[in-house]
Amino acid sequence: MQDLEQIQQDANALFQSIDNLAELDQAKARFLGKQGVLAAAMRTLGSVPAEERPALGVRINQAKDAVEQALRARREAIQAAQLESQLRAEALDVTLPGRGLGRGGEHPVTRTLERIEGLFHSLGFDVAEGPEIETDFYNFTALNIPQDHPARAMHDTFYVDAAHLLRTHTSPVQIRYMQAHEPPLKVIAPGRVYRCDSDVTHTPMFHQVEGLWVDEQVDFSALKGLLAEFMQRFFEQDDLKVRFRPSFFPFTEPSAEMDIACVICRGAGCRVCSHTGWLEVLGCGMVHPEVFRHVGVDSERYLGFAFGLGVERLAMLRYGVNDLRLFFENDLRFLAQFN
Amino acid sequence: MKFSENWLRTFVNPPLTSGELAQRLTLGGVEVEALEPAAPAFDGVVVGEVLGLAPHPNADRLQVCQVAAGADAPLTIVCGAKNVHVGAKVPCARVGAHLPGITIKEAKVRGVTSSGMLCSAQELGMAESSEGLWLLAAEAPVGEDLRRYLDLDDTLFTLKLTPNRSDCLSVVGVAREVAALTGAALSLPERPPVRVDGEAAMPVVVAAPQACPRYCGRVVRGVDPQAATPAWMARRLERGGLRAVSLIVDVTNYVMLEWGQPLHAFDLTKIEGAITVRFARAAEKLTLLNGQTVSLDADMLVIADDRQALALAGIMGGEDSAVGSATTDIFLESAFFTPNALAGRARRLGLASDAAYRFERGVDFEGPRAALEHATRLLVRLGGADARCGAVTEWVGTLPARDPIRLRPERVRRVLGVSLGDADMAALLAREGLEFDVRDGAFFVSPPSARFDLALEVDLIEEIARLHGYDRLPSGAARGASHMRPMPESVRRTAELRGLLVARDYQEVINYSFVPPEWEADFAGQPDPVRLRNPIASHLAVMRSNLMGGLIETLRGNLNRSQERVRIFEVGRCFLRRREGEEGGEGIFSQPVRIAGLCYGSAKAEQWGVPGRDVDFYDVKGDVEALFWPHRPRFAAAPHPALHPGQSAQVFMGQALVGWVGQIHPQWQQKYALPRPAVAFELSLEALKGRTLPAFAEISRMPQVRRDLAVTVDERISVGALLECLRDARPEIVTAVDVFDVYRGKGIDSDKKSLAFRVLMQDTHKTLTDRQMDEAMALLTDVLCTRFDAKLRT
Repeated sequence: MQDLEQIQQDANALFQSIDNLAELDQAKARFLGKQGVLAAAMRTLGSVPAEERPALGVRINQAKDAVEQALRARREAIQAAQLESQLRAEALDVTLPGRGLGRGGEHPVTRTLERIEGLFHSLGFDVAEGPEIETDFYNFTALNIPQDHPARAMHDTFYVDAAHLLRTHTSPVQIRYMQAHEPPLKVIAPGRVYRCDSDVTHTPMFHQVEGLWVDEQVDFSALKGLLAEFMQRFFEQDDLKVRFRPSFFPFTEPSAEMDIACVICRGAGCRVCSHTGWLEVLGCGMVHPEVFRHVGVDSERYLGFAFGLGVERLAMLRYGVNDLRLFFENDLRFLAQFN
Repeated sequence: MKFSENWLRTFVNPPLTSGELAQRLTLGGVEVEALEPAAPAFDGVVVGEVLGLAPHPNADRLQVCQVAAGADAPLTIVCGAKNVHVGAKVPCARVGAHLPGITIKEAKVRGVTSSGMLCSAQELGMAESSEGLWLLAAEAPVGEDLRRYLDLDDTLFTLKLTPNRSDCLSVVGVAREVAALTGAALSLPERPPVRVDGEAAMPVVVAAPQACPRYCGRVVRGVDPQAATPAWMARRLERGGLRAVSLIVDVTNYVMLEWGQPLHAFDLTKIEGAITVRFARAAEKLTLLNGQTVSLDADMLVIADDRQALALAGIMGGEDSAVGSATTDIFLESAFFTPNALAGRARRLGLASDAAYRFERGVDFEGPRAALEHATRLLVRLGGADARCGAVTEWVGTLPARDPIRLRPERVRRVLGVSLGDADMAALLAREGLEFDVRDGAFFVSPPSARFDLALEVDLIEEIARLHGYDRLPSGAARGASHMRPMPESVRRTAELRGLLVARDYQEVINYSFVPPEWEADFAGQPDPVRLRNPIASHLAVMRSNLMGGLIETLRGNLNRSQERVRIFEVGRCFLRRREGEEGGEGIFSQPVRIAGLCYGSAKAEQWGVPGRDVDFYDVKGDVEALFWPHRPRFAAAPHPALHPGQSAQVFMGQALVGWVGQIHPQWQQKYALPRPAVAFELSLEALKGRTLPAFAEISRMPQVRRDLAVTVDERISVGALLECLRDARPEIVTAVDVFDVYRGKGIDSDKKSLAFRVLMQDTHKTLTDRQMDEAMALLTDVLCTRFDAKLRT
């Protein structure tokens, strides 16, 4: 029988020389298998005097435990090394860019429209739309702009035929909405409008948002309060100064132009505000009784106000765009700035 | 409307600077668009007279002038101007004068001491360029400060008037407004009748009394054609934007600018018989002052004599009867034409005139007679010793009504939300010069004849608001019940659809709704699109019936800017003539909102680890399917004018055609110079907005089983047809059928393709048996074999 000490030393030495699990299993068989050296040592027990047998048995089992432990340790070491090596092999350059489809964006006019809609929606305004080829009636007559009225000269209109035109403002939606709904009502009408104008500061198509609020106690002070608040929220300037000037629109009276303190120079005077410190941003007024008459609303019982604002103008001021025409040139390098 | 501030201040002179006055007017609703000084800043310049000239000893082109420039001894001034001569009156900048950009100092000019400078208009900043010295009038007083002499310390006001304020189209009108807004005293000159000098009155027949409720005219004879317009008048005209022409014309313009009443002078020798105010005869011709010959419509008012039309009433005079350089005798007209009788006529003829501008908006109908007297007085005074006038012929018909308007103070307070007392309102009305009575707690206000904007109670409410000051009106919150808006869950908002495309790498664009007719022909097969009568340009002449053209144009523009991959979409209205009996909407045009997209270049942005390939039909179809998800539209091969006939599909939801998807036709790809193919879609926004409300269904606990079904079919049979058929025929246990492989090539006949379907089966209550599944697969196989002559692959 081999010296048990020697066996343990041999096993240890062999295990340490192995660096993969398959060979380790073969080595295990050599020492711990049924035909292995420790099994052989066990078989020699019978030939040992009976009084020595228990002590020898214990020693053999101790040697077996030691070999098994050495094997387990080696196995764990090999597994750890293999995992280590796998992880090292699988390491990535995490600074490489991610893959996949990119992301587009909304047009700045849409972005601005959604901002406007969102603010009015938070106050309970409905959103309505209307046709862009309008009838003369909705675009002019029902808005108290009779045939040959000078106001028709103010907007130079695209005509489709004698009775149809491209709407020059979103105000006709007021009429359509009041025909379809009973007061009280609160609505905004965003959309495209058209005028025969094309130069550095005019495009023949642009966007407006019309607003209308009709109720029993919607007075001129409410108009002032609402629109001032809107501008302050839109430009995120709580102290934004506003002012109202008398103006003229056939479908409102009293009518007003609303100015805000220039958001570029904060009222100090700059190129954008023509050094006046003020920016004209919207037209508004109390709904004219004649307009109420056209849609059958009792103007003694109900008051209302309406306003119309230019979306491109607000977008230009908000984002500092210096040329209106950029909005319709659709240069992706421009559009991507708003994504 | 443009005018001189100094002129205005002769009528009303509030203690305000020019800027403050402009601000007050603007906030009062009379917007001052621009303020410009009449002359740039300079000082120390006086009227000088050249007393003597001597050649400069050391320079050929210079002369040494002796110039009288006030009380001191004559100044010695070196001058290089060619037009300098003895006796010339010229601007003389004395030593110490400040001119634009320079200060005048005593200086040696080639050895001669020069004590000042003789100036050109350019040197004083009064002209862009000038040749030689500015020669002043012979009577200019030597030594007088040039600014005082020429009234240069003046400011030019330009108003941007709203169309309702025609009463402010004159200096006097603005003066009234200034008085009302500032409370300053108004002082207007009297305009008494001029002594008539025996001339016979001109007979006048007004045959269109509705259109011309007042007509005044008189003969003025003996006006000296050489009589010059005085400098003060020419200056006021020029500062009002009108050029001085001749005394007669200038006087009519001057009175118009001052009082707002347009006047017209006819050469008396060209008038045959009586003056008639009538409507034009159909196709009547008239050659106007500007040389243009116009063919008149029957609703255009003319001033005629016994033979022919002489002038287009209130718009422009005729060439034939125009006042010329030799005219001495005139018939001077001062009338009131109603706004309705003139509105739009000038524009229809392509004309614009100061008279038409005023009459269309409304002229004071009580003003013609006094304006006529005023103009006559000026002509007689300035037109030479022989100038004299005849009696006024005045015809008056039914003038516009100015009924008292009831104004309820309570209503004012309610509309404006202001606590203004009755007495405050009365004071404001009085300041505006409005006459009123008080009865039953209300004001009864009589509007002045110059105010065409005051007819309703609300007009007066605006007047009160304006005079009180919009900025002094309160700003508050509206009162009223607040309600939540309805938010239907079965309607998707457009923003969600936009967001979906944005997340799939599309950039939104906005194109014009009007397009070149060619795009409609090419991309919509539309030979007769909705046309504009007055397009702004020929390439913006028709309304688009689909969004394709704009997307392709945007693509082209960006390719020119070196973009290589373009993915864009637009949401916008399309415009079509409604077909007979077509349903939905209203009117003769249908104007559906559509959402359309276009992809060009590589399917994904160039990146590492992803092989590059061009976007194709199925990529874009995937986007379309995503837009509809969870609904599944049906796709059917069909041609479209814009698309490749073999790569074009109509999109159906139920039976409704809701859009199309496909590759741009190679023919258009070539014509529109696209180096690579582009794939596009267009869908009805309406169809995309609907969605079914989610409804819960029990989830089966039974295992799901997958079986595959592989068949070969004829190449021409569409996968869609097979899938539709399988889905229709499937037994209840089959929960889904989808295609997962398409194969052509080795082992398959060249006119066939091999398709593999995934069949998922599940029972809600019990485990499926092999027999049930075999039966289901047999049924599906049988359907394909009998309907499509499919062969099962094993």
